[in-house]
Amino acid sequence: MKTHCCFCGQQCGIQLKVRNGQVVGFEPWEEFPFNRGMLCPKGVRRYLQSSHPDRLLQPLIREEGGFRAAGWDEALDTVVRRIRAVQERHGKDAVAVYGGASLTTEKAYLVGKLARLAVGTRHVDYNGRLCMVSAGTAYKLAFGVDRSPLPWSDIPEADVAFVAGANVAECAPITTQYLWQMRDRGGRLIVSDPRMTPITRNADLYLPVRPGTDVALHLGMLHVILRDGLEDRAFIAAHTSGFDAVAAAAQPWDPLATARLTGVPPEAIERAAHWIGESRRAVLMHARGIEHQSKGVDNVLSLINLALATGNIGRRGAGCTMITGQGNGQGGREHGQKCDQLPGQRSIEDPAAREHVARVWGVSPDEIPHTGYSAMEIMEAIHRGEIKALVSICFNPLVSLPDTKYIREALERLDTFCVVDFFLSETAHHADVVLAGSLQEEEEGVTANVEGRVIHIQRCVDPPGEARRDSEILCELGRRLGRPELFPFASPREIFDELREASRGGVADYYGISYERIDRELGVFWPCPSDDHPGTPRLFEGYRFFHPDGKARFVVPEYRESGDPVDEQFPVYLTTGRVISQYLSGTQTRRIGPLLDQVPQPLVEIHPRLAAELGIVEGDWVTIESRRDRMTLQAMVVATIRPDTVFIPYHWPGARSANRLTHRTLDPRSKIPEYKVSACRLRKESGPPDWVGREANVETPVQPPRRRQPRVEAS
Amino acid sequence: MHGYEFYVDPSRCIGCQACVNACAECDTHRGVPMIHVDYVDRSSSIATVPTVCMHCDDPTCAQVCPADAIKKGADGVVHTSLKPRCVACSNCVLACPFGVPRMFVAAEQMMKCDMCYDRTSAGLRPMCATVCPSQALAYVAPETIARERREVPTNVFWFGNERVTTKVFYMVPPGTAEVRVDVVDFMWEEA
Repeated sequence: MKTHCCFCGQQCGIQLKVRNGQVVGFEPWEEFPFNRGMLCPKGVRRYLQSSHPDRLLQPLIREEGGFRAAGWDEALDTVVRRIRAVQERHGKDAVAVYGGASLTTEKAYLVGKLARLAVGTRHVDYNGRLCMVSAGTAYKLAFGVDRSPLPWSDIPEADVAFVAGANVAECAPITTQYLWQMRDRGGRLIVSDPRMTPITRNADLYLPVRPGTDVALHLGMLHVILRDGLEDRAFIAAHTSGFDAVAAAAQPWDPLATARLTGVPPEAIERAAHWIGESRRAVLMHARGIEHQSKGVDNVLSLINLALATGNIGRRGAGCTMITGQGNGQGGREHGQKCDQLPGQRSIEDPAAREHVARVWGVSPDEIPHTGYSAMEIMEAIHRGEIKALVSICFNPLVSLPDTKYIREALERLDTFCVVDFFLSETAHHADVVLAGSLQEEEEGVTANVEGRVIHIQRCVDPPGEARRDSEILCELGRRLGRPELFPFASPREIFDELREASRGGVADYYGISYERIDRELGVFWPCPSDDHPGTPRLFEGYRFFHPDGKARFVVPEYRESGDPVDEQFPVYLTTGRVISQYLSGTQTRRIGPLLDQVPQPLVEIHPRLAAELGIVEGDWVTIESRRDRMTLQAMVVATIRPDTVFIPYHWPGARSANRLTHRTLDPRSKIPEYKVSACRLRKESGPPDWVGREANVETPVQPPRRRQPRVEAS
Repeated sequence: MHGYEFYVDPSRCIGCQACVNACAECDTHRGVPMIHVDYVDRSSSIATVPTVCMHCDDPTCAQVCPADAIKKGADGVVHTSLKPRCVACSNCVLACPFGVPRMFVAAEQMMKCDMCYDRTSAGLRPMCATVCPSQALAYVAPETIARERREVPTNVFWFGNERVTTKVFYMVPPGTAEVRVDVVDFMWEEA
C-alpha cells in the first residue's frame, strides 16, 4: 500500500506489503516526488514494528502489585471518573493533556478539541514543544507564518546553502541528496556545528561554532555583509521593516569579536558572509542545533535576518528554512494541540479566531479556554501541586524532557495519570491507566511533511487484539466526558472535513485539500483555500509576507549566556542529539532489532585533546556529571567534535538517558528546553557501571564497527 | 531499466547503512547483507565507504575458484557462489581486489552481491541503489549521471600492473580516466 514512513518530518513515500492483515515488508515508492524511493534505515525497517510482540493488546489498570488487563468500558470510565474527581476538588485546570507530533493531523486536532471542550482545561500542549517551537515563534515574528517557505526542490537550485545546527545526514537523511545535487550544480555548502556530522565531509566551508553562540556567529556574518555593502537595499526598503535596529545590533560583532566568542576563525566568518551576501540564490537551513537553546528564537531570528538583509527569500532557490524533526512536526502544530493555538494556526487569544472555531464546533466562544501552560511548564505546575492529573498520548517525557529526575518526580506526584500508547513506554510505566492505541499504519489520516506538503497516510492494517484506533479512543473519551455531540465522528475522513472548516480562512488553510486530491497530486501544499486552488509550494512569492502590511520584519536578536553556563566546576559543554538508526525517545526504534544493532548503546563523543587531558582512551568507561545528575558511558574518542564539547545521543532510557544531565532552562518566548547547551565534567572510571547487564538488551556493551568487518564470518 | 548502470560515489556516503539494512531484507539471503559500509578511520573522520560487488568483466574470484562455483551471466552480473559447488576455500575472499566476497563458514558457502538479480531481472532497480538517501549508490541511465553529477564515471582500475575493468562504475574527479592505487601503476619500468 502506498503510504509514508512514520519516522521524521520528511515523511518519505513508502509501500508497505500487507498479507493476512499483517505488515510483512516494504517496497520503495519511486513515484513519490519527495524521496523517489530513497529511504534511511529507519524507513527500511519500520515495518518490523507492526506485529511486534511488545504491542499493547488491551487496556491496563494499575493496582497494588502492578498492571492488570481491563476491558475498555472499565478503563475509559476509570479515566473519566478520576478526571472529574480531580476537577471537582481542584478545578478544571487541574487536569492537563499532552499530545504529540507523530500523530496524524486528525488525531492532533482531536487532542486540542478534547482537552479544551470535553476535559475543559486550558492546559494542552504537545511534544513539538521540544522540537519546532523556536523556529515557529521566530517565523511568526518575522514572516507571520510558521512553515518552511520553500519546497525542497528549491535546494538544488541554490548557489549557496548554509546549514546551521542541523545533522542532516542522520536526522533528515533524504535532504542529503538535495544538498549533494546543489553541489553537483556548482553550489557551495557551508555547515556550522560543534561536531563534524556526516554532511560536513563535502562542506566547502565548515564553521565549528562553540555551543550556544550561534546568534553571535550570525550577527558577525551580518556585520561583514553590512560593512562590505553586500545587503540588498532595494529589497530591504520595499519589503521589510525594522532593519535599522538590526543593523545597529550587528555593529559590535566584528569578525574578531565574533571569533573570540564563537571559536570560528575570522576569515571563515568573512568568507561565509561573502558567499551568502554575493549570492542571489542562498538557502539558509536550520534545525534543533540552533533551536534547542534558551535563545533558540534569537538564533533563528538572526539567521532570518541574514536572508532578509541579502534579499534571499521568496524566489526559486532562495530562502530561510527550518528542517522539521518529528513525523508530523508540521501538521501536528497547526490544528490546535499547542497551548496557544486553535486550528488553522490561529492564535487562541484572537477574538475573531475564537469566534470562527466556536462556530465550527457549535459552542460559545466563551467556552474555549485561553492560553495554557506549555509542555515543560505543565511539569513545573505538577511539582507546584497546581496540576493533579495528566492524560498523555504520543509523548514519552521521561526520556525526552530535560532533567529526568525532575520529570520522574512529577509523574509520581500525579493523582491520576492516563497514557494512550501502542507500546508500554517508560512514561507509561508510571500511568494508572494505559489505553492500548494504534500505530500510524493502523489509521487513515493526513500529515504535513517538512515542506508543508500535506500527504495521505493509509490505513494498511487494523490494530491487534483489542487495541483501538487513537481517534476512536479520543472520541470515546470525549463522549464519556459528557460531550457526545462534539465527537460524532465515525471515521478520520469526517474529522478531516471538520478540520478543513475549522482551518478555513486561517494561516494554515486546508479547506481546499481532500484525501482524493492528495492521492491524485501526490501531496498538496497549504495554504490551499479552495478546491480549485493549486496549493502553495513556495511562500512569499512576489515578496508578499503574511503580516498585515505584507512586509517581513527584522527582529533584533540578543546574545545571552546559556542557562547552564560552563565554569571551573563544570568546564565542558555537553550537547545532545540523534543517531541515524533511532527516532526520538526510541519507543518504536529501540524495539526494532536491526536498528538497535546499528547503534546498541549511547557513547560519549570526546575529542582526543580532552581525552588526553583526562587520561581517557577509546572504549574507556567515563562518568559525565552535570549540575543535575551523572551517568557512565563508554568513550568514543574522535577528532570530529570540538575539544571543549562532548556529545551524547538521547534515545535511551534509565541510566543511559542523556536527559538525566540536561537542564530545564526554557527559551522565554518558545518555551523550548536548552538540550544543546549544558555544562558538565568528566571522570574516567576503572570499570563498567552497574547498569551493564541490568538494563534491557545490555549484556556486553558493543562499540560500533570502526573498520572493515572480517570477510570470513565465524561459524 | 534497460541501459541503466550502477554507479558508486563514496564521497556522497553518509554512513547511514540504509543499503545494508535494505540488502538484508532480500528474500534470497534474508538477514544477511551483501554490502559493506566501512568507516575509513572513525577516530579522525566521519568518512564512510560503501562497497558493492564491482562485477568485473574478467572476475578474479571466478578465476581463482578451484570448484568453478562462481559464474558470470551474459548480462555481466557475477553471481554468488553455486551452493552445490562451493567448497568454502576462501580463495575468492582473498583474491578479490575490492574485498567483496564473504565466506559464511556455518553455511560453507561464499556469498556476495549479485546486483539484486531477482529485482533487475524483473525490471526493478537494485534495492541498495533505490533506497540510498545520498545516492552514493545509484542505478540510473548514463545520460542522467553525465547530466547531473560533477564527478565522472570510470570502470578501469589498476592494481599493480593488473588492469581490471568492471560492470559497475566508480565516480571520480573530472579528468580522471582510470583509478590507480599502487605506486607501480604510476611508474615507468623498462619492459
